[in-house]
Amino acid sequence: MGNKSELMPGTLDMLILQTLKRAPLHGYGIAQSIKRVSDEVLTVEEGSLYPALQRLLLQGWVKAEWKMTETNRRARFCTLTAAGRKQLGVELSKFEQMVTAIGRALRDAEEAG
Amino acid sequence: MSAMGRWLKKLAVLLRREKFSGELDEEMGFHVEQVAREFEAGGMAPEAARYAAMRQFGNATRLKERSHEVVGFRAETVTQDVRYAVRQLRKKPGFAVTAILMLALGIGASTAIFGFVDAAMLEPLPYAQPNRLVDVAERAVVFPRSNLSRADFEDWQRMNKTLSSLDAYEGTSYLLRMGAVSEPVPAGRVSDGFFATLGVQPVLGRDFLPGEDKPGGAKLVMLTYGTWMKRFGGRRDVMGQAVSLDGDPYTIVGVLPQNFAFQPRANAEFWTALGDKTGCEKRRSCHNLYGVGRLRNGVTVEMALADLQQIAAHLAIQYPGSNKDQSASVQPLSELIIGQVRPILLTLLAGAGLLLVIACVNVASLLLVRSESRRREIAVRGALGATPVRLVRQFVTEGLLLAIAGCGAGVLTAVGIIALLKALMPKLMLDGAPFVRNVGLNAHTSLFAGGVAVVAAAILALTPVLRLAIRDIHGALSEGGRGAASRFWRRMGANLVVVELTIAVVLLAGAGLLAKSLYRLLHVQVGFDPSHVATVQVMAPDKAFPKPENWVQLYPVIKNRLLSLAGVQAVGITSDLPVQCNCDTDWIRIAGKPYHGEHNEVPERDVNPEYLTTVLKARLIEGRMFTNTDDMKHPQVIVINQTLARKYFPGQDPVGKMIGDIKLSPDSMRQVVGVIADIRENALDDQPWPAEYLSIYHGPDNYFALAVRTAGDEKALLPEMVKALRAINPNLGVNGEITMADQIGNSPTAMIHRFVTWLVGGFAGMALLLGVVGLYGVVAYSVSQRTREIGVRMALGAQRSAVHRLILKEAGLLAGIGIALGLGCSVAMGLLMKSLLFGVRSWDVSTLAGVAAVLGVFALLASFIPARRAARVNPVEALRAE
Repeated sequence: MGNKSELMPGTLDMLILQTLKRAPLHGYGIAQSIKRVSDEVLTVEEGSLYPALQRLLLQGWVKAEWKMTETNRRARFCTLTAAGRKQLGVELSKFEQMVTAIGRALRDAEEAG
Repeated sequence: MSAMGRWLKKLAVLLRREKFSGELDEEMGFHVEQVAREFEAGGMAPEAARYAAMRQFGNATRLKERSHEVVGFRAETVTQDVRYAVRQLRKKPGFAVTAILMLALGIGASTAIFGFVDAAMLEPLPYAQPNRLVDVAERAVVFPRSNLSRADFEDWQRMNKTLSSLDAYEGTSYLLRMGAVSEPVPAGRVSDGFFATLGVQPVLGRDFLPGEDKPGGAKLVMLTYGTWMKRFGGRRDVMGQAVSLDGDPYTIVGVLPQNFAFQPRANAEFWTALGDKTGCEKRRSCHNLYGVGRLRNGVTVEMALADLQQIAAHLAIQYPGSNKDQSASVQPLSELIIGQVRPILLTLLAGAGLLLVIACVNVASLLLVRSESRRREIAVRGALGATPVRLVRQFVTEGLLLAIAGCGAGVLTAVGIIALLKALMPKLMLDGAPFVRNVGLNAHTSLFAGGVAVVAAAILALTPVLRLAIRDIHGALSEGGRGAASRFWRRMGANLVVVELTIAVVLLAGAGLLAKSLYRLLHVQVGFDPSHVATVQVMAPDKAFPKPENWVQLYPVIKNRLLSLAGVQAVGITSDLPVQCNCDTDWIRIAGKPYHGEHNEVPERDVNPEYLTTVLKARLIEGRMFTNTDDMKHPQVIVINQTLARKYFPGQDPVGKMIGDIKLSPDSMRQVVGVIADIRENALDDQPWPAEYLSIYHGPDNYFALAVRTAGDEKALLPEMVKALRAINPNLGVNGEITMADQIGNSPTAMIHRFVTWLVGGFAGMALLLGVVGLYGVVAYSVSQRTREIGVRMALGAQRSAVHRLILKEAGLLAGIGIALGLGCSVAMGLLMKSLLFGVRSWDVSTLAGVAAVLGVFALLASFIPARRAARVNPVEALRAE
């Protein structure tokens, strides 16, 4: 568990949207997916998914409906909407800009030092 | 998504909150279950797996709350806060009730007083464009505002260029005859354009037409609305009918609007046109009218004054005998009407404002104490995840809740206080202040109350917030409530108490100075014995008593009739009762002294012999009093007061000297036969004037007053006296029966002083109570916080008396600083309200010392109880308790 890292603030929404791009999932599934895809490097305080999901639902970026799981339990499955897809694009490009900027700043600092 | 869409979604969630909550529970429960199952699959015990899953999930309650916050309206968390705040306040009802009561008191008193100030200062005159109206009068050397003579008025009206209209009025009274009953009624006589100048239109009938005030015209009258209702049943057919005033038929032409009031003659029931000239009005030297004018556009009061002064100067040259040294006086009409009450209202407003400050300070310190005792609760809530913003909001909500409740109660209190003040207000003061009728809850007072409530809310909400901001939650949790933070509170609370005590001293000193003024006023040397004297005004109408001979014959009839009443010892007759005014003046000239046309004004009183001797028991200094032989058959004689003797006969014996009118006309010459000690003729707070007394048989009048000395109860005599007078002749107008003691005690000056004194006294009493309670609170709190320290001291050998001293010293220091600051402020305040003081300086040592002593004693009492409690601390228990 030693190499777990905290999420950068504001990236949770983006991660959820990205996860849902592949397939509709319920909250637990989203958490699992994030953990798996990031090789367990990224973990979230799992519960904090839920307020985030509410936020996305409210913004209309995600739709939700109750469905049965493979284990025959009722669960709320979230689907990305068209608006959500657009929002994901916006957030990704913003994130990339930031990563590039940070990378450049770090390189410059290294060269200067 | 649009804001509208989001709002609708939130609304949908709000409407199905239960469902939302249930779904969230289910979803989160499912999640935790799945994780637990995973752990179990990994070989954990079921119980351990569940806990691990929950740990990994995080604080479910908090997360749910956050989800709610996302979809909830802000208001939803606000209702939560409010619900919690209400619960908190209900848990400690004593605190809530005290705080709300204090706020109600402060807000109520200040709003009520503001209502009066607002009505008086902002909308005192119910006329069209009232700020263009001016009071116009003449100006004599001794009277800065004296009446206009009718001739002067007519010249001013004709010659002025600065007023679009100038009209005149005179307060008078008529004997109204309706059916078989005669009754004197207050009335006004006005020039034709009077109501038009004020901008008042009759609600029924018409106004006086131009020219209808000329001598020889028809006798016309307008009714006030109240009179129309009361005496004529509000019947419309009274228009054009005649009403009998002083035996003359006056035709009713109009009815004035209901809200019409004219303060200088506020109680007038009938308004007649000037019409025929009275005896006085035939002479230019006799002044009986006042003027009211409307400024032309662009004209200032100063320009109008300059204009009229110029006209007066012109008339003084033209008519030196009557108009020498007569100038003009012009001031805004509002100044005439509210000039006298303004300092009173401002004093009261200041008093109410100070009370409000004390109330707020007290509630704030209560809140401080409470926030102190809630430190652990706050720490716990913080540890459980409440954000600082949410905690602050909780306190703000509680403060607002208190402020709203306090404001609501305050508005109710204000309504009560306004009603009470209106009821307590002396009738005379009420008549003089028509605006009082409009005092009540209106836009202005509501706005004021709202403003005060906002400020109070800000103070109440911010005090604990400031308090919270300097504390770290962990410290509070671990340490259990002492240390730097409570030292801060002690300092802060102590500062607040000093403020309270300072204000209490100021209010007490104000009340003390006013009370002393009142005492001085009521104990002014009046120069006569007012006990056991009943008085009444009598009017012998012209129709029944047309000639002076009839009046002179009436005097002994009245005297003998009243002497036959049980207990009556003497009956005095006078043209004016004492302690009224320096009115009814005469211009005198001393024979054999240089004279340059100056107007030596002296009040003239026409009296019968008994009035000065057996009724008033005036003190004779020299010569003799009047006797029954000082009548028409004998030469005129005069009795003067000591001030006249000193002023006009310095170093001489006035007895035997001759005094006449300004022309020394032979029939005006009278010999001084006696000098009496001053009888107070004018208001109690004025300087005594030179005055002259003539025999009523030499200067008879059909309007006079009776002063009757009785061996028995003078109050009981009043109705008998009125009955006896009516029995003499039903045509006699009889009114204003009052005992001499009431006449003095209820003179306008005394009434106004008493009114202010009681009110400020009330404020001061409340301030004292609140201040002392505040001091008690601070000392008691400090003792409760220092219990362990005291325990340690005692364990180390401190005597109980030393502990006692320790606490008393702390309280004494606070009280001492408060009193010292308060005394300093009191002197400044005394200077500000100088116009309300009589015979007392603002730095009156005995009053200030008394106030300091009273507050000192109360402060000692307030600190004695906690000090005793401190001294009784059992060191073992105190140390173990922690």
